[in-house]
Amino acid sequence: MAVVRLRAPLSELAGGRRELEVEGATVAEVLRALEREHPDVKGWILDERGVIREHINVFVNKEYGREETALGPEDRVHVLPAISGG
Amino acid sequence: MTELLVGTKKGLFALRGAPDETFEIAARAFAGEPVEYATRDPRSGRYFASVTSAFYGPRVWVTDDPGGDWQEAEGIALPEGGDVALKRIWTIVPGQENELLYAGGDPGVLFESRDGGLTWELNEPFWEQPTRSSWEPGAGGMCLHSIATWPGDPSRLALAISAVGVWLSDDGGGTWRHGNEGLVPRYVPEETREGTLALCVHNLHRAPTRPERLFMQFHGGVYRSDNAGETWIDIGSESGLPSDFGFPLVIDPKDPDSAYVIPLVADMDRATPEGRVRVYETRDAGATWTARGDGLPAEDAYLTILRQAFDREGSGPGMGLYFGATSGDVFGSADAGATWFTAASKLPPVHSVRVA
Repeated sequence: MAVVRLRAPLSELAGGRRELEVEGATVAEVLRALEREHPDVKGWILDERGVIREHINVFVNKEYGREETALGPEDRVHVLPAISGG
Repeated sequence: MTELLVGTKKGLFALRGAPDETFEIAARAFAGEPVEYATRDPRSGRYFASVTSAFYGPRVWVTDDPGGDWQEAEGIALPEGGDVALKRIWTIVPGQENELLYAGGDPGVLFESRDGGLTWELNEPFWEQPTRSSWEPGAGGMCLHSIATWPGDPSRLALAISAVGVWLSDDGGGTWRHGNEGLVPRYVPEETREGTLALCVHNLHRAPTRPERLFMQFHGGVYRSDNAGETWIDIGSESGLPSDFGFPLVIDPKDPDSAYVIPLVADMDRATPEGRVRVYETRDAGATWTARGDGLPAEDAYLTILRQAFDREGSGPGMGLYFGATSGDVFGSADAGATWFTAASKLPPVHSVRVA
């Protein structure tokens, strides 16, 4: 299972956990599985279309990841707010 | 004591004070987050805030105490698996049945709650309008910003969207039809105006004591309807307004001939005309307008007042009026606009003002 790493406020929505093992073959599958395990996360990372929100960055290990990025059991998925704002 | 809910670019401010005084900040919530709109349902005492996180998307939050914990309302989302995502909630309005509320948002969507605002459902008939694929947003998005209920009759509703015009329902939102006759979109060529849906309504309010009367601030134009939105009459031209462009609109709920607007120069210069901040009042249904600016900035003041940033408290000669600007100033009047005071300043850019 891939390891998903979250920061606040997402970690708070995931039961206070900053690191979780989640089943899934792609980033989208893992994030959907995360929503099922922790329903309070629903809508915060993926929107209704299943698209990663515009100002959220997902890294798979050291590389940018997208919804379709394939994952292996040793991969680490980092979910971070983007450097943006005003 | 008056409580104002001021939604800003950097959080919600609950201000408390008395007329002619600087209000104190009683609470700040959602620090750093854009709060598009906040209101209190006087029936339940419950507070609502629409927050659009730049990172995590739009949500509606609920509380009984704006300085305490807020709970996320459920159901504020579009159907999963589609090709559209909810962008923002623009307004939340109590309905005409116990625990019924409406919320309007971008992209031109209406939500309903029947449990006092804790859970919400999309109004499917409006979502499934067959012309939806041809709808175009205004500069602020395709915002459903105005929901005018009919006092005592939950079946009758009027909605307004930028830029998809007025929509009317006579069956509580089960079916919808247009209410646009008489509106003139000067921003499209004359030959394409007939039947266009590109109608950029900026604000819409119903007169509670004469509910077939509605007032509208349009994208260039101020209008009145005396037949519940079926047809519209121009009341912004040659009637004393320095401009018929602006965003917010308020009415005195006891006087169906009353309306207040805050003109800006034009769509290409969205600032108060001549560097002076003035509210304009009509008490003859738009035949004439009178400037109300005593106590407001009178020189070198180029303010922008957004569509949800103007509200009132009470009615008649002692009616309170409050508005905020993107400059971070909030102004108030305790005498229906005759004189004004500064209620707050140096806040973040103000998106909305509502009397709690």
